[in-house]
Amino acid sequence: MTTPLLNVKDLRVTFKGHGFRSREVEVLHGVSLTIAEGETLGVVGESGSGKTTIGRAVLGLVKPSGGRITFRGSDITHATAKERRTLSKDIQVVFQDPYTSLNPSLTIGDTLSEPLIVQGTSATEARARVRMLLDQVGLPGDAAERLPREFSGGQRQRVAIARALAPEPKLIVCDEPVSALDLSTQARVMDLFIDIQRRTGVAYLFVSHDLAVVRHISHRVSVVYRGDIVETGPADRVTSTPEHPYTQKLLLAAPIADPVEQEKRRADRHRLAELHREQHVQAGVSG
Amino acid sequence: MSIEELSVNSGLAAPPRKSPLRKLATDPQAVITSVLLMVIIILGLLTPWIAPHDPNEAQLNAINATPGTPGYPLGADQNGRDIASRLLHSISTSLTAGLIGASVALAIGITFGLIGGYFGRRLRSATEWVFSLIMTFPGLLLLIVLMPVTKGDYRATMLIFGVLLSPGVYRIVRNLVLGVKNELYVDAARVSGLSNLRILGRHVLFAVRGPIIVAAAFLIGSAISLQSGLAFLGVGSNLVPSFGAMIADGFTNLYVDPTQFIWPSVMLGTLTASLVLLGNSLRDAFEGAKLKPSKASAPTAITPRTTTLTTDSIQGSAADLLSVDDLALAYPTPAGQLREVVKGVSLSLRAGETLGLVGESGSGKTQTAFAILGVLPPEAVVTQGSIQLDGRHLIGLSEQGLRALRGREIAYIPQEPMSNLDPSYTVGAQLVEGIRASARMSRREAKAKVMALLARVGIQDPQRTFNSYPHQISGGMAQRVLIAGAVASRPKLLIADEPTTALDVTVQAEILDLIRDLQAELNMAVLLVTHNFGVVADICDRIAVMQDGRVVESGTALELFREPQHSYTQMLLGSILDENTVRTDQPTPVVTATGGKN
Repeated sequence: MTTPLLNVKDLRVTFKGHGFRSREVEVLHGVSLTIAEGETLGVVGESGSGKTTIGRAVLGLVKPSGGRITFRGSDITHATAKERRTLSKDIQVVFQDPYTSLNPSLTIGDTLSEPLIVQGTSATEARARVRMLLDQVGLPGDAAERLPREFSGGQRQRVAIARALAPEPKLIVCDEPVSALDLSTQARVMDLFIDIQRRTGVAYLFVSHDLAVVRHISHRVSVVYRGDIVETGPADRVTSTPEHPYTQKLLLAAPIADPVEQEKRRADRHRLAELHREQHVQAGVSG
Repeated sequence: MSIEELSVNSGLAAPPRKSPLRKLATDPQAVITSVLLMVIIILGLLTPWIAPHDPNEAQLNAINATPGTPGYPLGADQNGRDIASRLLHSISTSLTAGLIGASVALAIGITFGLIGGYFGRRLRSATEWVFSLIMTFPGLLLLIVLMPVTKGDYRATMLIFGVLLSPGVYRIVRNLVLGVKNELYVDAARVSGLSNLRILGRHVLFAVRGPIIVAAAFLIGSAISLQSGLAFLGVGSNLVPSFGAMIADGFTNLYVDPTQFIWPSVMLGTLTASLVLLGNSLRDAFEGAKLKPSKASAPTAITPRTTTLTTDSIQGSAADLLSVDDLALAYPTPAGQLREVVKGVSLSLRAGETLGLVGESGSGKTQTAFAILGVLPPEAVVTQGSIQLDGRHLIGLSEQGLRALRGREIAYIPQEPMSNLDPSYTVGAQLVEGIRASARMSRREAKAKVMALLARVGIQDPQRTFNSYPHQISGGMAQRVLIAGAVASRPKLLIADEPTTALDVTVQAEILDLIRDLQAELNMAVLLVTHNFGVVADICDRIAVMQDGRVVESGTALELFREPQHSYTQMLLGSILDENTVRTDQPTPVVTATGGKN
């Protein structure tokens, strides 16, 4: 096997508590994952599981307290600001909230061309590239002159995707990119993600709380629970016949959009909960 | 979903972009004050050419000359110096003082504000400490004591005063930056490879520029006042013409020639008042004085259409607990018209039944629910329709009448459990208060009832939760607490507005189980507002699909999921990422970025 695009090994992240002499809290307890070129790794977990922190550590927005992150073979765990700037060509991000991830006082064109100009593209070239990027994400060319507030949530998320695509990255960290969108918009944005991946061969680290979303877009899925990855495998297997009890619970908790199927699933969930309770009781007795 | 979000979404027709400058041009206060300031500044700049005398040229024959004396249009002071010339020269003194003071304060305050706000905690504590120290200096006293150092030069004094003013600017900038720093767009800029300097200059400074410009106007004003004050006290060189010195001179001659005192006072007053008022206008322009929707012609007093009353008696079947008939709701727009957000919605709900009100953001589902609860914002207007609960009309009911219903017959579970609990009271205190508000009972009885309810909604340790503050419990727990409060009075109707949207799926499943159990136990009707079809499939007997303020389709859950009739319902159901779609294509690394070059 060739070296993976991204290799995260034993990643630990610790946050300082608030206030004087507060205790440190470790939110990731040694997380390992790999992403190949052109692949989507879905990271699924509930709030507070640390799934977002994994993405932020890869982006260099939080400092790891242990472990290694390698990108195309080189160690980027503690990349300096300057190295980060070079890396930004290859690693990009799409955030969850399309309302705060765009600077409200910059036009769409300014937002998109800024990273290009910083990296030495001429103004005319940048303008042409912006028009092409907008086209790529299905927005009209005149969007460049407008401000974020003139767009709906789905359109803004398209702008955020265009911004991530601008430097032709190898990897995009997607942090719940469709969670704030309406159902119909969500489906269209997901299709856009997949379409872009097929055309450009970009890899995604796709973080979400929604198993259905992750199943739809991922080749492989990792399940995070309280700062640990409890299960990793092909999307099909992890999201239909999971092995770890937590993943099973997660799967059965997600309601199916069909009354009859959902009733079955609910019964399954209650059965599983009962089973876990019994095991727990037995473990308690024997221990 | 809030009303604000709703109006933003449906008002997508690009609100007119109005730059702060454009707004200023239409504000009479801004126009008048800037014209006054411009006149004063131009006079100050032209002084060397238009002033008839040198400000310090004393003529014995002109002592206390009356206004109108040839060569002395405004008269002369006790030393025989021309008042008009001195006034003109004082303008430049004041403006220089103001500019020096303000620029120093801004330069120091902004620089350290950005540093202190943007960079790490250690740097922030250091700057914080230094600026707190500066703030402890007694300003005026220090300036007078330092006179030997400044050698009486008012410009040097203003430099020091600028330093003394800088903590104010520092605090404004630091607080703004702390807020902006955590915005996702700053993170995005960082990931885009922008240097800290560029992020600070372009994203952060840009976002905080408004308040800084406003502060600048006030700073210039206060620097000018201080310089005049010092000159009035006689601190500093008496060769420098200044409003303060002139007022002091005029003061001594108050009974000989009161006009000597009036001219500089009027000038100084105009100058500082203009600056302060302009500052206020700037603040309105930048920070956006809220657009006030002009009151629409139809007031909030609501009368149900008489026709619906007659149709009700025919339509409304006796079994219906809740019936909403042809309800329409509108909000006044800033232009003064009414914009309908709910356009003729009819719903009915029987006891023990769950109705799912489904739709995307902006469809009017939450507004409909709020109308039933009677908690619409005051500017909302019910333009037509009726709402009946158990045969009683809710629209047009007094606030008192509604309050008697809410919490007793109608209960509500919100989307954000946390924001519906008061952080400064314990959970138990809030529940006890709610119960005692709707039913007469002693505190002890109420507490016993709350404990029983908490146990009923599946909380493991009721006593501990009872004594906890909202921040000490999880979101799922908070929602259980609110459900406990909602069902305390055994309501007939429970309205749940996206009750599980903010929760994790595992918690969501438990909460839905709980609602289902309680419903069976109390034979409640539940109106569930949601956008999640999975939730609907789990708990709802019937479904009404809303789009753009209308119910486009309704029916039993099974009918609607299996045979949707309306194209919008079909589209929504088609957008659901179903269980069986798994990605099958293999990762395809593309070596050359074809996407970029096509």
